[in-house]
Amino acid sequence: MKNTYFIFSREFSGYFKTPVAYIFLIIYLLLIGFFTFYFGDFFTREQADLQPFFQFHPWMYIFLIPAISMRLWSEERKSGTIELLLTLPITMWQAVLGKFLAAWAFTTIATILTFPIWITVNYLGNPDNGVILTAYIGSILMAGSFIAIGSCISAITKNQVIAFVVSLSVSLILVLAGFPMVQNLFIGWMPSFIVDAISYTGFLTHYQSISKGVIDLRDPLFFISTTAAWLFANTIVIDSRKAV
Amino acid sequence: MIEVRNLTRKFGDFTAVNNISFTAPKGEVLGFLGPNGAGKSTTMKMITGFLQPTAGDASVCGFSISSNSIAAKKKIGYLPEGAPAYSDMTPKQFLGFIADIRNLGGNQKREAISAAIARTNINSVINQPIETLSKGYKRRVGLAQAILHNPEVLILDEPTDGLDPNQKHEVRKLIQEIASEKTIIVSTHILEEVSAICHRAVIIANGNIVADGSPHELEGRSRFAGAVTITMTNTSENSDIANELKAINKVDQVEIDPITSRITAFPAVGENIFPQVWSLVQLKEWQIKEIHHERGRFDDIFRSVTCEKEYSQEQGGEL
Repeated sequence: MKNTYFIFSREFSGYFKTPVAYIFLIIYLLLIGFFTFYFGDFFTREQADLQPFFQFHPWMYIFLIPAISMRLWSEERKSGTIELLLTLPITMWQAVLGKFLAAWAFTTIATILTFPIWITVNYLGNPDNGVILTAYIGSILMAGSFIAIGSCISAITKNQVIAFVVSLSVSLILVLAGFPMVQNLFIGWMPSFIVDAISYTGFLTHYQSISKGVIDLRDPLFFISTTAAWLFANTIVIDSRKAV
Repeated sequence: MIEVRNLTRKFGDFTAVNNISFTAPKGEVLGFLGPNGAGKSTTMKMITGFLQPTAGDASVCGFSISSNSIAAKKKIGYLPEGAPAYSDMTPKQFLGFIADIRNLGGNQKREAISAAIARTNINSVINQPIETLSKGYKRRVGLAQAILHNPEVLILDEPTDGLDPNQKHEVRKLIQEIASEKTIIVSTHILEEVSAICHRAVIIANGNIVADGSPHELEGRSRFAGAVTITMTNTSENSDIANELKAINKVDQVEIDPITSRITAFPAVGENIFPQVWSLVQLKEWQIKEIHHERGRFDDIFRSVTCEKEYSQEQGGEL
């Protein structure tokens, strides 16, 4: 536990050693605001909720989270510090978890920093703050899954650019799997249980209900288990590709 | 105390380390030698628990690195090849992180860090990001990290690689200072380093141990051991002199180095030829510049055991 914390705090403070973290936060906040107010019709809908805000989260994460997660293991591999890290008296899980939590904490901070939009909507009307809280939790859980994917993929390569592009593609596929457009491709000629399975693995399916405030335990469970599975894969990837 | 038993590592079909075994007791500095790609680093990576062995095991202070790796890793200080370190941290932050992981807290942490800084002489750069440091300082930061928790076992992969002669001297001095209460494995391909700091040398080639003994013993196994080398003031009569040396009955063969014009007389097995050669020199009143009774040459034994084929061809060519 202590070791996980030490790995976490080294990794987390690493984000703020360069201006990249601040630039990232600013871009994230500007973009999400821009999307919410211009494309989300925040004002013209004349509804006191944050639907237009939350619906863009998956799309933001697809692009921004690979940028956060790409360095987690690629950099260790490139600089050779992975050899140092894994010969210290820590377990693989402590290392993987510490790094994951650092990236997740950073993303959570970015998400929490969108609070002015929550203040705005409370100033303008009387939104259901329970729904908003649920949606925030859902968004943060989903971000965890994206980070686990990015972390696992960054362990495959020494090259951060490759890690970024591959993570982005995999994230995109997993989001689109729940999209009606993709669903329609399979409906009709595929057995319905396969269509359901594809839809079930889609992030959007699970996120949309949480972001509307619908609490179905299966949805948070989906993101938690997806995260756990990718982190488990992460340990296997590191183990098998250490010598490469 | 390090025990390596039948350690083997394969990468696909390629056998990087093939069934090697050795034991290094406390107080011993073991030099790990071999050409590039011989399997030195792979062996060290297995002993430190970074790579899983395909077969065999290593134990450090009685803890198996495969079945009790955390306990074993606590006993080890390791400097990986190239001395990797988190480049965005300063040495102070870096050592602080290592101390945390090594479970050193409070006063212990402060003392350990300042001792390691003093030992490796990095005080002047302690607050500069590691990425801005010179190669020599980076290497020393890596060393400071390895000795931080005063480990019983130190494994140093090419600790002097890329250092200038003064820095090399400092690192060797450091190793000698701490050697008595530790077990140290040092890999290197600088041969004079082995004679300077190691009690024992293990030479590895193509994943196999090809020689194991004290540097002195290994030198004695070289064909130069007991040979007498003469340099003449006037080299024009070298071939006559070579013939006269060859006539001494204990002399097996005589070679003239084409570049340095040194004449070397090799003894027959187990013979001492120096008295005979010396009396011949006096008798004939040769004008010699230098005469040298060879202890044996480390580079010669290194070449003979690590690339046998080329070595014997070279020797054959000169005869």
